[in-house]
Amino acid sequence: METLSENMKAALLSVLLLVVGCLIWELSIPAQKAVGELTEYELLTGGGQPKAGVPPPSQVLGKAWEQLSNPFYDAGPNDKGIGIQIGYSIYRVLTGYFLAALVAIPLGFLIGMSSIAYKALNPFIQVLRPISPLAWMPLALFVIQDSEASAIFVIFICSIWPMLINTAFGVAGVREDWVNVARTHELSALKTAFTVILPAAAPTIVTGMRISIGIAWLVIVAAEMLVGGTGIGYYVWNEWNNLDLTSVIFSILMIGVVGMLLDSMFGLLQRAVAYIE
Amino acid sequence: MAKSFLSIEQLTQRYPDGQGNEFTVFEDATFGIEKGEFVCILGHSGCGKSTIMNILAGLSEPTSGVVKMDGRHVSGPSLDRGVVFQNYSLLPWLSALKNVTFGVTARFPHWDKAKVIEHSTAFLAKVGLTGDAIHRKPSQLSGGMRQRVSIARAFANEPKLLLLDEPFGALDALTRGTIQEELIKVWSDTDQTVFMITHDIDEAILLADRILLMTNGPMAQVAENVEITIPRPRVRNDIVEHPNYYAIRNHLVHFLAQRSAELSGKSDGPNSPKTVCIDLTGEADTDDSEPPPLLRAVEV
Ligand SMILES: Nc1ncnc2c1ncn2[C@@H]1O[C@H](COP(=O)(O)OP(=O)(O)OP(=O)(O)O)[C@@H](O)[C@H]1O
Ligand SMILES: [Mg+2]
Repeated sequence: METLSENMKAALLSVLLLVVGCLIWELSIPAQKAVGELTEYELLTGGGQPKAGVPPPSQVLGKAWEQLSNPFYDAGPNDKGIGIQIGYSIYRVLTGYFLAALVAIPLGFLIGMSSIAYKALNPFIQVLRPISPLAWMPLALFVIQDSEASAIFVIFICSIWPMLINTAFGVAGVREDWVNVARTHELSALKTAFTVILPAAAPTIVTGMRISIGIAWLVIVAAEMLVGGTGIGYYVWNEWNNLDLTSVIFSILMIGVVGMLLDSMFGLLQRAVAYIE
Repeated sequence: MAKSFLSIEQLTQRYPDGQGNEFTVFEDATFGIEKGEFVCILGHSGCGKSTIMNILAGLSEPTSGVVKMDGRHVSGPSLDRGVVFQNYSLLPWLSALKNVTFGVTARFPHWDKAKVIEHSTAFLAKVGLTGDAIHRKPSQLSGGMRQRVSIARAFANEPKLLLLDEPFGALDALTRGTIQEELIKVWSDTDQTVFMITHDIDEAILLADRILLMTNGPMAQVAENVEITIPRPRVRNDIVEHPNYYAIRNHLVHFLAQRSAELSGKSDGPNSPKTVCIDLTGEADTDDSEPPPLLRAVEV
């Protein structure tokens, strides 16, 4: 063991925890069934039926195998592969997210560079920011009249704030010396923005972008549960209505994995723009 | 002096003192710098040296007075006036070479990439930076190397006037010595006009043609203009042997230790520095100002 690096030891421990966790889970399932005594809630939710119990991990694994070996099948509105559902969700997240970036980053630049703009816009930001993105949903549905666009709008509104605030913060915090370097080199305002302020503020901006994508992925599941139709959020809710808990657990895991991938993409970007003073 | 390459005319800077009043950093400062000269300015902390330099760079506006370069008013920063900041001010996300090419592309926008790189590399080599060091980021360079990059960036732009704000303040004595020599070498190769702030008397004597002495602030003045009568090329170890060296040095030390405080706040009309020339070689003193302060200085 002493020859193993710290990382390898940690990886080994992770695998061990996974195996032990699954084992306990697996073993606890028959015991639960053996109790046989159903609560009122279980009766109401159909707990008495054979399909209703919490499935063991082996069953979830089987489901995962089945789903992931054919992720893109499409057998009607209520039966699409997990790949298609996730694809819809990612599409909505990315669309709303990039629209938000398109607004937030230039606006953040403006707020960061001009204290008048900051003071003028700050009250609006402070009031709008704490609103739960889902609270916009009824209004969005009414105004936009389209569930798809409404979901995208909700993603837009939830991912705009961290990007806006971090961009403004990063731009305002660019060291005076670097701006003076640009000034003594007679750079135009646009050139200064792109060659000095943007790289100087990039780590803070990307941190905001990373927070935003995380929030967007959290919100899309809830939004799709509300608007229905397609997407991983709808899928979870639909499988719950079908009382297919195996699929519910499997899709929960998939939500986690996709979220992790999105986050680690921004982690890479963060490393690319980082610098040491 | 009105026809100097760079002329500073009745420059006054006042700041609010935080209690509703104003305080005067310096008033009516008037002096000139000739083309190709290396001028150092010495003075105690807070007397307004950086303030003067920022005005010369065009980074800030004086309360009143004008700065003219080549007969034209200085307003706003310009590529004609290069600045080496005290804290290097390199862009940390760019490599040493890119920091220099950043300046060169701004200065010579019509040059192609190869020429920009060649020019930049040559100037980095002039300050002793070659090999893979030039591809490293500032954070991976030592303090001395960073300062070299910063000097290379300024010289590569071939500005008409180079402004240096305590460029060696943060360096140890050995590194300082090496870079001073490199600075002198680049300066004599390029024939640029240099205005440099320093705290170090020996550094000023080694580098400058003339040293401007400032009295203490507030209400500081540029009181004297001391000519360094030691022929070039000057070598650190040899100049101490020169008969004028200690005479000049004593004069400077005496000024900073005593007279800068005595003269402080005394404003008497147009505040133009008195020229002091100490030369003990040949016959007698050939100074063109009244002798008492000089003799006293020599005796210290
Ligand atoms: N923006 C400002 N507002 C108010 N006072 C200022 C400002 N900038 C400088 N001062 C004051 O002007 C005076 C001169 O400052 P300056 O930085 O020019 O000094 P310095 O001679 O460069 O000192 P040092 O050798 O320590 O760098 C100081 O008293 C300082 O407090
Ligand atoms: Mg200073």
